[in-house]
Amino acid sequence: MNNDNNIKSIVIDDSVYETGLTKKYNNRKTYHPVDNKKILAFIPGSIPKVFVKTGDKVKRGDKLLILEAMKMQNIVNAPIDGIIKIAPKENILVKKNELLIEIE
Amino acid sequence: MSLKQKLLDLFKRIEKAQDGGGSKAIQKQAAMGKLTARERITTLLDHNTFHEFDLFVEHKCADFDMDKKKLPADGVITGTGNILGHPVCIFAQDFTVAGGSLGLMHARKITKIMDHSIKMGIPLIGINDSGGARIQEGVNSLAGYGEIFYRNTLASGVIPQISVILGPCAGGAVYSPALTDFVFVVDKISKMFITGPEVIKTVLGEEISMEDLGGAKVHTEITGNAHFFAESELECFEQIKNLVSFIPWNNRKKADSINPKPPKSKYNVETIIPLDPKKPYDIRDIIKSICDDSDFFEIQKDWAANIVIGFARLNGETVGIVGNQPLVLAGVLDVDSSDKAARFIRYCDAFNIPLITLVDLPGYLPGIDQEHAGVIRHGAKILYAYSEATVPKITVILRKAYGGGYIAMCSRHLGADFVFAWPSAEIAVMGPEGAANIIFKAEIAAAANPDEMRKLKVLEYTEKFANPYIAAANGHVDSIINPSETREFLIHAIKISANKLELRVNRKHGIPPF
Repeated sequence: MNNDNNIKSIVIDDSVYETGLTKKYNNRKTYHPVDNKKILAFIPGSIPKVFVKTGDKVKRGDKLLILEAMKMQNIVNAPIDGIIKIAPKENILVKKNELLIEIE
Repeated sequence: MSLKQKLLDLFKRIEKAQDGGGSKAIQKQAAMGKLTARERITTLLDHNTFHEFDLFVEHKCADFDMDKKKLPADGVITGTGNILGHPVCIFAQDFTVAGGSLGLMHARKITKIMDHSIKMGIPLIGINDSGGARIQEGVNSLAGYGEIFYRNTLASGVIPQISVILGPCAGGAVYSPALTDFVFVVDKISKMFITGPEVIKTVLGEEISMEDLGGAKVHTEITGNAHFFAESELECFEQIKNLVSFIPWNNRKKADSINPKPPKSKYNVETIIPLDPKKPYDIRDIIKSICDDSDFFEIQKDWAANIVIGFARLNGETVGIVGNQPLVLAGVLDVDSSDKAARFIRYCDAFNIPLITLVDLPGYLPGIDQEHAGVIRHGAKILYAYSEATVPKITVILRKAYGGGYIAMCSRHLGADFVFAWPSAEIAVMGPEGAANIIFKAEIAAAANPDEMRKLKVLEYTEKFANPYIAAANGHVDSIINPSETREFLIHAIKISANKLELRVNRKHGIPPF
């Protein structure tokens, strides 16, 4: 069975129930609020082109870089106004959720 | 040519076609631990009952030198036969012939036997073992898949459709099993995925084995795409036979009844259930204490195990059982368990199988992951399925029935025909702790010793509201019964419901929260 065999507990409406847990429940992801200042790779791929460098002033909607994956060139735009704190080199490979750009 | 000569010629042709991909390919199939398509059919069906269709069908593709290639039976064996005396239509893809690849004529053989099973009103069993589309046939093989999916959908809820995955079933092909009612998989043999490990590696740079991506365990434990797991093909065939014995041939019939048998004596209701609603027990022991011969045929037992579904018999008649499982996640409803139960309820409703619901749950599972996974939409499915169902609906509330969970688990308000409760039932808007913390918030905060006051108030609430009598006083529960008489009450309810007729306003179809 795909369950945690040990009897643990779970709290629902302030009551503590003795029960087994599932793998899926134990492995559930904790929630992290979206941080607009950090732009992460939404898909693994390569960076054929970077339009900005550290210290550049950008406005919301400005082109930042191209993230190529699944044969598509995805243009990544600035989600907010700010100054580029970290920018990647061109022609590198990135993993999913890798930090691409940080804006101050 | 004399008739005798013609007969000899026929026998020769049959022998050649039945040889499939030839001895080398058959040896290869055996080396993979797999039976051949023909062996699978004859092992699953009753002895000597298989009648083959379309043995001499040939493909018509002329591109890429395909006109020089003979593919016996075009890589799929189809026909009719019996399982434990029940008539069925069956097809089995033959991996020894061009990897079981699907071309247009291969697909047309399948759609022909599908049409036949719909017309005859008998179950369809599909054994999948195919490398996928026959690339040489191009768009025609896609046409073949589409024609199969279309019939899977038209046959849904009309005849039982059973898919058996005994080899690869990848890409578009896997949507046919997904459209059918029950999917059987076998350890280390079944492989199901939309995009395989190769593509995932090239495109995403992520490495994973076929087994870890879409093996039998993955689909019975993680995705819920498959319903039954077996260690071997033979065990799988026994499971299929068992299933066929529980379900009717089509949606116009009732399942066959068999001689009733009492439950086995080792399952004693009174010793199974702890009175403290916060302590776990195995709901399957309760089911076995109620049903004939303690024979419970569980479906999807390793996925969303916080709800238990399956077939059993009461007084010889097939029933579908849905029960919260206090042993896993306290038996809560969540995204997966709602999906699991809702689909089963709709299956039982489509095939005239009465529904027995055993209730013991604290409510829906709280959590950001659940909310973001759409527990509203998924949880709504169970409400929809129960409300929509017009088969006899019989509910037994064993212990906790709190809040939204109480409503969802086939309450009177969703159209239950009989609602029984045990004296241990607690039918309330929420558990005593939560309720006391809200209702007596001010008193608890103002007390010299808030913890003592909270305990006192929880006790007060428990004594007043954690019972079945308020619901019974309002007519939401019909009768409060002795747990050890549950089986008798259920059998009575099913007898009374034998001619149940519930008419609904005519419509094309509802729009369930898929």
